[in-house]
Amino acid sequence: MGNSNRAIIIGLFFGMIGLIFIIRLFVLQIVDPSYKFSAESNTQRKITEFPTRGLIYDRNGNLLVSNQPVYDVMIVPREVVPFDTVDFCNALNITRSELERLFEEVRFNLQRRRISSFRPSVFYKQLPAEQYAILQEKLYKFKGFFVQRRTVRKYEYPNAAHVLGYVAEVGETLLQSDPYYSLGDYTGISGIERTYETFLRGQKGARYVMVDVHGREMGSLRGGRMDTAAVAGSDVALTLDIELQAYGEKIMQNKIGSIVAIEPSTGEILALVSSPSYDPSLLVGRQRSRNFPILSSDTLSPLLNRAIMSGYPPGSTFKVLMALVGLQENVLTSTTRYPCHQGYTARGIHVRCRPHASPISLVPSIAVSCNTFYCHVFRNVLDNPVHGSPQEGLEQFRNYLLNFGLGTRLGSDFFNENRGFVPTRGYYDRIYNGRWGSLTVLSLGIGQGEILTTPIQMANMTAAIANRGHYFTPHVIKEIENDTIPSRFRVPHYTGIDSVHFEPVIDGMEESVWSDVGATARIARIPGISISGKTGTAQNPHGENHSIFVAFAPKDDPKIAIAVYVENAGYGSTYAAPIASLMVEKYLNRAIHPSRGWIETRMMNASFINESTE
Amino acid sequence: MLVLLMRAQNRTIKGVDWFTVLLYLFMVGFGWVNIYAVNTDPDTLVFFDYSKEYTKQIIWIGVSFVTIGVIMLTDSKFFVEFSYVFYAITTFLLILVIFIGVEINAAKAWFQIGGMRFQPVELAKVATALAVARVMCRFQFSFNNISDILRLGSLIFLPILIIIIQNDTGSGIVLFALFIAFFREGLSPYVFVFGFVAIAVFILTMIIPNHSIILILSVSFILMVLFNRFRKEALIMSAISVVFFGIGAAIFKTAEGSVNYDVALLIAMAASSIFLAIKALLRRLPKLGVLLIFFWGTVAFTYSTDYVFEEMLGEYQRNRILVMLGLKDDPLGVGYNVNQSKIAIGSGGLMGKGFLQGTQTKFNFVPEQSTDFIFCTVGEEWGFLGTSFVVLLFVILLLRLIFLAERQHSDFSRIYGYGVASIFFFHVAVNIGMTIGLAPVIGIPLPFFSYGGSSLWGFTILLFIFLKLDTNRTQLLR
Repeated sequence: MGNSNRAIIIGLFFGMIGLIFIIRLFVLQIVDPSYKFSAESNTQRKITEFPTRGLIYDRNGNLLVSNQPVYDVMIVPREVVPFDTVDFCNALNITRSELERLFEEVRFNLQRRRISSFRPSVFYKQLPAEQYAILQEKLYKFKGFFVQRRTVRKYEYPNAAHVLGYVAEVGETLLQSDPYYSLGDYTGISGIERTYETFLRGQKGARYVMVDVHGREMGSLRGGRMDTAAVAGSDVALTLDIELQAYGEKIMQNKIGSIVAIEPSTGEILALVSSPSYDPSLLVGRQRSRNFPILSSDTLSPLLNRAIMSGYPPGSTFKVLMALVGLQENVLTSTTRYPCHQGYTARGIHVRCRPHASPISLVPSIAVSCNTFYCHVFRNVLDNPVHGSPQEGLEQFRNYLLNFGLGTRLGSDFFNENRGFVPTRGYYDRIYNGRWGSLTVLSLGIGQGEILTTPIQMANMTAAIANRGHYFTPHVIKEIENDTIPSRFRVPHYTGIDSVHFEPVIDGMEESVWSDVGATARIARIPGISISGKTGTAQNPHGENHSIFVAFAPKDDPKIAIAVYVENAGYGSTYAAPIASLMVEKYLNRAIHPSRGWIETRMMNASFINESTE
Repeated sequence: MLVLLMRAQNRTIKGVDWFTVLLYLFMVGFGWVNIYAVNTDPDTLVFFDYSKEYTKQIIWIGVSFVTIGVIMLTDSKFFVEFSYVFYAITTFLLILVIFIGVEINAAKAWFQIGGMRFQPVELAKVATALAVARVMCRFQFSFNNISDILRLGSLIFLPILIIIIQNDTGSGIVLFALFIAFFREGLSPYVFVFGFVAIAVFILTMIIPNHSIILILSVSFILMVLFNRFRKEALIMSAISVVFFGIGAAIFKTAEGSVNYDVALLIAMAASSIFLAIKALLRRLPKLGVLLIFFWGTVAFTYSTDYVFEEMLGEYQRNRILVMLGLKDDPLGVGYNVNQSKIAIGSGGLMGKGFLQGTQTKFNFVPEQSTDFIFCTVGEEWGFLGTSFVVLLFVILLLRLIFLAERQHSDFSRIYGYGVASIFFFHVAVNIGMTIGLAPVIGIPLPFFSYGGSSLWGFTILLFIFLKLDTNRTQLLR
């Protein structure tokens, strides 16, 4: 047949294919290293070890925030086999429709290739420990599910929510800007959880394990020699006095407003109350997704930190500052007297004043809160010939205010401070087409009009007065484990007012509480404590005026400076002053004098929240 | 009687090709070692676990050895005489399994008897090889005889058709390997050329636009004319083609604004083909005629495959074909398997990770680990030394089979021997090729290595019937 040479052709063909295979195997196994790396990334998995977040204490060592375990229920979709859904729902304490929604989500994510059907992903987040105990016993029945432990925050007190802030999963922007974070990590979203995130979060650790194709751990890699342990976050101590904070929140219940109390000698914030507030535990774990929308849609804005975010006209509390500026500018001395007949009138403008003795000098002018006196002082400051023009005078006046920390962010440890508003010359030039004088902006002199200050700014201003001329940036951080607090909190800021000028002003503030004639804040008297303060009423075009009081005590060795704002509560003397005095008394004496029990009760019971808005 | 039997057995054992038997024993042994490795975690060493695949494989190896004994004791003439009967029985089993078989991996190709499963297709390979040998060994058989070709064709296509109905296409395709045996027996090499071109065109229609294929075909057509020493004709054809292409393109440009390149090309080639046809008729050159028919045949084939692919197949089927040909990425499907398989083999390096030390194979990264992808374990645990050794073993086995086939005095034995070699070759080439990314993923086992009773049993029968025939190589079996 002559076909035997075809045997050779076939033999050569077989041999050639064999040779091609061997060459290919040579390339695969010896020449090309990429497959070895792939094999490693296939079987070796880095498992992140999450550190526990640093604990938070108050200034007296009371534990405020700790951690608690929760359990994420994980799913490996490929391994799931049909199971008893009723049993499963009971184990997770969810309804059937919720379960269906969860599975719908898994299906959706699988289709979008967001999750792998071979690898574990979170099915149900943050199962509480009690529920985990129930699930754990049944878990063997549900193939493809397992549980991963995580820790979330646990709040020991239902207070200080605005200071503490909250922790939640990292958002898209942070994920992209900071390589430390990966999807699903937690981070501080607001408050000190955010500001001191880098200290509190600690350092993630890594464990290298061998895994099979389903991501199941098959033992540690190289005996765990490459593993790094997670470093727990640093504990921090706050300057808050949690008892005072809790007392402040309690006293502010059913009221809208804020309290900021500062230790003048250090700038440490003793209490920072913004009312209405919320229990920080509401934003932990699974409840967060349910509670957050409720809180954020509440018309009373409980999530808003009014103490640092809300600007109000300072009202009469501003007069102390006005007096200091007048003294420093030499347009006022402690003996200057102005007549006041229930008001100030000039070129058709009339500013009303309450009846009091006339003429009046500096100290009683503060005590009785005379408007006329400060209209004169304000005009004298602006119209002072050394400035050349009232416009220049305003700029000079504004500089003093800025030195006191008004109209600017103080630089506390809250990232979202409001800067308030101190109008500039240009601002009035725009409004009045450049034709304006001291009379045009007269209401500034008595703390009304365009000027806006925040409660923390007013508390800080009071602290500067208590210190007779300087302040430390208010802050809530006291100690950071193995680290120091930011140095900016240790640098004094000088107000540019000579310390001698403070004495008459402080005397006036003392008189406003203790004077026998016309004292505006006599209700703030605390037995045995030389409290000095100033009432204020912020005009509110939308309703009842806001009640304001700033104070510090004791007069000669100030331990606490405080600003209290109660919205829609009318005169400063009626609510803000007694509340401030209770706070001061609580802080200094740790108890309320029995003779003042009725004030405490009245303040606690007072409500300025409309039933309709509740 | 007993003495006679003993003597017959003695003669058989002496006459058997011990070289092949040793190769067989070694491969089965090494194969089992790898199945053992896949199913064993070095941390929890339990030597024998009755539920494990390697234990079941031991049983099948035993069954195979007994079968070898039976084959060796059977008269060679029996295989010749009963080849059609075997064929009929296995064909019946192939049909029966569609009705009473169990479905595994979407293929209804398995009988289940107790805990054991059996795939009749493994026997069908043996029976088809025997039947083909029986048909072709007839004295007057010729590849030029239409009825012979039809008989041979139906012998092969009948089981293929049934197997495709079982949805076990991979196993069906194996029977095409018998064309290697046909080649040895005189089938024209042009059949292979034509088959190769058809496959190439089929793949090309899926990856490049039609006008490019037509261009490639046209250029190769003119080159073929050129290399058949029709230099002048080739030049004139090129000139005509270029001119007509230009005219066609210009007409399209003015009439429709854009050029329809395939039609313009076809016009150009039609014009030059008319020239060539006239030349062929006038000068009586049949060779040119054949070339013309071949060219227009491939053009027609291009358009028909294109039509079938785009219009008649569903989206799913189209994707399957594209993925199988490696034209489409499917990281979670077939592509995933091949990638994981390459990673497993590649990670073995020169020496391998050592027996039982493979991580890729142990942790189930490679699917069908002990069956279709057993070669990965060889690659990962035994390295390049192991894989090249296994490839070499198979090449040696195949060459040995050719050698044995060529020394047969009987046509039947030779043809059957080539059939055995062809089937082994196809399995080895496709299976190993698939694991190293050189062949499409067709789920067929690696002979003697893959886990699976019926495949081991089938391959053993396939091989040892030939070795039995070889003991009677000097006789003329008919």
